[in-house]
Amino acid sequence: MADSSTLIDMQNITKVYQMGETKVLALNGVSLSIEEGEYIAIVGTSGSGKSTLMNIIGLLDSPTEGVFQIRGQRADGLTGRQLADLRNREIGFVFQQFNLLARAAAWRQVELPLFYANVARSAARGRALETLAQVGLAERADHKPEELSGGQQQRVAIARALVNRPSLLLADEPTGALDTRTGEEVLALFEKLHQEGLTLVIITHDQEVAERARRVITMRDGAIISDSPGAAATAAYGGSNGLSEPALAPLPRPVAIEQIQERVYEAG
Amino acid sequence: MKLVRYFPVAVDSIRANKMRASLTMLGIIIGVAAVLIILGVGRGASEDILGEVASQGTTRLTISPSTENEGEGAGSAVETLTMGDVRTLSDPAFHPDVRQIVPQYGGNIQLVAGNENTRARVTGTTAAYADVHRLEIAEGRFLTEDEITQMSNVIVIGTTVATDLFERTQVVGESVRIDGEPFTVVGVLEESGNAGFGSNDESGFIPIGVAHGRVFNVPRYRGEYVVTSISADAVSEERVDAAERQIEQTLRLRHGLGADDDSDFSISTQASLLDTIGSVTSTLTLLLSSIAAISLLVGGIGIMNIMLVSVTERTKEIGLRKALGAHTSDVLLQFLVESLVLTLLGGLIGIGISYGAAVLVSRVPGFPIDVLIGIDALVMALGVSAGCGLVFGLYPAMRATRLDPIVALRYE
Repeated sequence: MADSSTLIDMQNITKVYQMGETKVLALNGVSLSIEEGEYIAIVGTSGSGKSTLMNIIGLLDSPTEGVFQIRGQRADGLTGRQLADLRNREIGFVFQQFNLLARAAAWRQVELPLFYANVARSAARGRALETLAQVGLAERADHKPEELSGGQQQRVAIARALVNRPSLLLADEPTGALDTRTGEEVLALFEKLHQEGLTLVIITHDQEVAERARRVITMRDGAIISDSPGAAATAAYGGSNGLSEPALAPLPRPVAIEQIQERVYEAG
Repeated sequence: MKLVRYFPVAVDSIRANKMRASLTMLGIIIGVAAVLIILGVGRGASEDILGEVASQGTTRLTISPSTENEGEGAGSAVETLTMGDVRTLSDPAFHPDVRQIVPQYGGNIQLVAGNENTRARVTGTTAAYADVHRLEIAEGRFLTEDEITQMSNVIVIGTTVATDLFERTQVVGESVRIDGEPFTVVGVLEESGNAGFGSNDESGFIPIGVAHGRVFNVPRYRGEYVVTSISADAVSEERVDAAERQIEQTLRLRHGLGADDDSDFSISTQASLLDTIGSVTSTLTLLLSSIAAISLLVGGIGIMNIMLVSVTERTKEIGLRKALGAHTSDVLLQFLVESLVLTLLGGLIGIGISYGAAVLVSRVPGFPIDVLIGIDALVMALGVSAGCGLVFGLYPAMRATRLDPIVALRYE
C-alpha cells in the first residue's frame, strides 16, 4: 500500500481527548495516504476533527490508536527530540495568524528553522534570502512584520516554512486573516509551489481555497466523509465539479458563520 | 559551544524590551554595587587600621592588670602591677627575649600655660617609651634617662596640646603647669595625622617618678607604686611568644599565684591585636555585605518575575519555535541564557559603578579610608550575578519548556 512515493500513510487513526470526566472522540478510525506532490485541501466544520488531523500530520500530536507513518517511518515510539527533528526537516507550517516574531526582520524570521537545524549563521542567512526571493520578497528581506502587508507577512511565513526544504507544507487557514486580493497572492504562490513539485496540505473553511486544490478531503465528526478530486483537478479533465454534490459540499451559510465564529475566537 | 548560539537570540529579545530590561537589571546592579562597595570599604578600613597598628611595631607586648570581677570594685583594675614587677622584669638573665621594659602610669589631668588650659592624657614613663612605641618627635627630644632618674619637671606634649596651650607647636623651653607646679616642655611629638587609633596628639609624657610621687595620688601595693600598664619589647617578632611566656612566669611567681589561680594581669601582643582587629572588621564586613546581599536576592526575584512575564507573553512564540523543530533543551537554554545575559549585564554595570565609586573616593583629598575592590571580589560578583541568572531563570525557563505547542500556538 505504502510505496516509495507515499509521503504520509495513516491507518485507522483514532484520537481521544479526555475533557474532564468525558472522553471526546476527535478522530474515529481515519485512514489516509498522502503521495508526494499532492495538493490537498482538508475541509470540514469546527469539531469535525480536521485540526486534530492536522496536528497529527504535523507531528505535534500523536494518535491514541492506529499507525502513522511518514516516509515509511512509524511516528509512534519516537522521543520528543526525534519528533522535533522530524518537524524541523519534513514539515513546513503556515498559520492563519502568520505567527511571525514581532520585531525581527523578514530574513531573521525565515532563518529560524535553520537555527534549530544547526545550520551556521552565515549559511542560514544566505538560504533565508534565497527562499525570500522564491516567494517574491527579495526586496523586503530587512523589513519587519509591521512594515509588511498581510499578504507579504504570510509569504514571509511561507518562506519560513520552505527554508529547510520540507517534504510537506502544512497550512492552517492560510488565507483566513487576509482579504480576497492578498489571499489570492498566497493561493497563487501555493499553485506555483505545487507546480514545482511541493506537497501541500491546506486546512480550510473557505470553499474558494478548497477549490484550488487537486484533492479535497471532507471531514465530519472525526471521520472522512468524502475524498475526491477538487474542482481544479476535475476542471483540468473537463469533468463535473466534485464538490457540487450536496452531501459532500458543506452548505455555504453555516460555513460562513463558522468562519466568523472562529475569527472572533482567534481575535478574542 | 552550542550555548553561544543563544546569546544573539537573548540580546535581540532584551533589545526589544529595553526599558523593562534595564529596570529589571537595576535590582542586580544595585545589589552587586552595594556588596562590592561595602566589601571595599571594609577591606580599606581594615588595611588602614592594620597598617596603623603594624607601624607601631609588631614586637611590642602590653601587660595590663586584670579587672575585678566581683565585689564592690567590679570592673576596675586590680592594683597589683607595681614598679617592683617592672624592676624584676628588667633583669635580662630571666627574660632573655625581652629587650625593653617600660612602666606607665597615666591619667587625665589639667595642663595650664598662661591663661590657657586643656585636659590631656598625661603618662608617667621612662625614656625607652619613645623607642618601644615608635614615637616620632617633631620638636626637641623625648625624656632622657637622666631626667627619669632625677625626676625632673619636664614634659613632652602632643601637637593638639601644644596648639591648645600656645597656638603653635614650636614650644620647646616653654613652661606648662600641672597642679601649680611648672614643667618645662622638652619636646613636641609629630602629629599622627589621624584622630583615631594610636594617636598621641592629645597626650603628655613626664618622668614616671614624677607621676608617681608628685602629680598623681598613686596607691601602693606591698610598698611599691602601682602602674597602669607595662610595655615590653621582644628582641624579634619570632620571639614575641617566648617573651610573653617569660613575663608571665615571672609575674605569676611574684604575685604568688598557685597553679590553679587565674592571672591577675593580662598580656596582649600586637600580633594578637592585629588578629582581633582583623576578625572584628571581617565580621562587620560580612554582616554588612549580607545585608547588601539581600538586595541582590530581591533583584534576583525581580529577574524571575520578569522572566515569567516574558514566558507568558511569548507563549505563542514558544509554540511556534517548537513547531519549527526546537527541542525542549533549545527552549530551556533560550530563556536561561536570556536571564543570564540580564544578570551578567547588571553585574558588569554594578562592578563598573562600584569601581567608579572607589576611584572617586580615592580622589577626595583627606577621605579617611580607601575603597579597595580586589580581583577576588570582582570574580565573586560576576559569579554571583551569573548564579542569580541561572537560579532565578530556571523556573521560568522550565515553565516555557512545559508548554504544549498545540495549546501555545492558539494562545492569544
